[in-house]
Amino acid sequence: MTMKIVVCIKQVPDTTEIKINPVTGTLIREGVPSIMNPDDKGGLEMALRLKDQFGAHVTVITMGPPQAEAILREAMAMGADRSILLTDRKFAGADTLATSHALAGALKQLEWDLIVAGRQAIDGDTAQVGPQMAEHLDIPQISYVEDLKFDGKNLFTIRKQTEEGYQMLEVESPCLITVLASACKARYMSVPGIVKAYDFEVETWGADKIDVEEYRLGLKGSPTKVNKAFTKGIKSKGEVFEVEPEEAVGIIISKLKEKFII
Amino acid sequence: MELKDYKDVYVFIEQRDGKIQPVALELLGKARDLAESLGEKVVAIFPGYGIKEQSQSLIEYGADKVICIDALELKDYLTEQYAQAIYQVIVENRPSIVMIGATTIGRDLGPRLSARLETGLTADCTKLEISEDGHLLMTRPAFGGNLMATIVCKEHRPQMSTVRPGVMKKRAKESSRSGEIVMFTPNFDSKKFKVRLLENIKEDKGMIDISEAKILVSGGRGVGSVAGFEKLNDLAKVLNAEVSASRAMVDAGVINHDRQVGQTGKTVRPDLYFALGISGAIQHLAGMEESEFIVAVNKDKYAPIFQVADLGIVGDVNKIIPLLTERLAKEEK
Repeated sequence: MTMKIVVCIKQVPDTTEIKINPVTGTLIREGVPSIMNPDDKGGLEMALRLKDQFGAHVTVITMGPPQAEAILREAMAMGADRSILLTDRKFAGADTLATSHALAGALKQLEWDLIVAGRQAIDGDTAQVGPQMAEHLDIPQISYVEDLKFDGKNLFTIRKQTEEGYQMLEVESPCLITVLASACKARYMSVPGIVKAYDFEVETWGADKIDVEEYRLGLKGSPTKVNKAFTKGIKSKGEVFEVEPEEAVGIIISKLKEKFII
Repeated sequence: MELKDYKDVYVFIEQRDGKIQPVALELLGKARDLAESLGEKVVAIFPGYGIKEQSQSLIEYGADKVICIDALELKDYLTEQYAQAIYQVIVENRPSIVMIGATTIGRDLGPRLSARLETGLTADCTKLEISEDGHLLMTRPAFGGNLMATIVCKEHRPQMSTVRPGVMKKRAKESSRSGEIVMFTPNFDSKKFKVRLLENIKEDKGMIDISEAKILVSGGRGVGSVAGFEKLNDLAKVLNAEVSASRAMVDAGVINHDRQVGQTGKTVRPDLYFALGISGAIQHLAGMEESEFIVAVNKDKYAPIFQVADLGIVGDVNKIIPLLTERLAKEEK
């Protein structure tokens, strides 16, 4: 039987492209491209490598606004077999718990041996939705995955990153893993893949398609709420010198002496 | 849910191989402030194996009570074992607040636990305080660092948050403090223990953790290659500093992930931070802007790093680094 993998991906603003307005201290969001979250892309690549080696069926799913379809097409062009866009106004304003309920609800409608998510998304950096989905689905989780080996039947041997080094862990399917972008370098979309991806029908699912109580979804289902958001403001500016290297080094050294650092 | 039934500030005490992690003591320090403004107690949840003798030290660092769970099942951290034990402590004791260190363990355990409890969890908080009406105000960076958001969890308990190592300050040890130590025995459902630990590998890199370094010499894209980093190492040597890097250098494979400063790396606040060839993406700034004194060298005078630098030099790092190293070496003599 072919292994079934579902990869959860998210469309995020490329936060490395966001800049700060030096005068107002606010974010400049205009012209910031939307991308597939890097850790999710690493996870998708890991799934596609399992497909290359063992012939798995890979479904990608994302929750987001209609324009999030773009990353599903990118995933299809990379080699995914099926794509689902989970979109509904009822999902709006969801915190991580409400998001995990919606996604877990959708996952319950699908078959899987392995669920893959990115470790965290670069816009929120919470690393919560993966483990929360695993809890709702009552399956084991392994987070911070750097490498995965499959025995071809049902056993995964996983290398997990830790502060001190790594752990080797073993788990049978079904399970959920959250993957680091650095785990595997994602492949490029292939030309036939791109052609195929544009003809493909992206399935769109709303709240009616998943079996989750409405009070668990969106803003209503979110225990955490943003009380206020603010920018940190600008730190009082230090001195900046544009001089020849010799002189620059002199300035650095005298400043460090002045501050008693050296 | 009656909110008034939930009280006290609980801290998850992370230990690895029986060694209590610094972040746990930092959280106890912050928990004391919160408990004092609420008029409640600080309770340490201390799971592990062969650890109960260390419970007293948690009282000395600020706990009023320690709930120690000493069980063979908890010898090594595994998600389900720890989630079961701590879940049972929380359900039985009804804390108002639960704090967890944002380590790889805490960031694995926190969401699993909060989902089981059907409550909110705010990740990587940099500021925690109590509002006038007694709720926890949890402030965290969003959008990669520049935007700050204050999050509340008003209708669910416990209010859960994770905090990164190095963000809060631990209190001085008070050996005269006294408190209560209780042992807790969970009812484990071992059928749910699906993940097996085969090996725990520690890579001794022979270096000081960058979050504990006094001086950091940090390199970015402008330093470029492995050869560029050699020059950085030379500079670090004369300054008795550690080398760190921006994410670009980690992604390029020039330096290991444990040396990365920033939102997806480590938070550092050394006495002196050299940002060399680092443009200063907000993710990077979020990890280092609390440094005592920041020296930035970059060829682009509009680089955002100059907005946080105390001293900025517009110039070529590849020329300035060797020159600075040479001059500092002379100064030493």
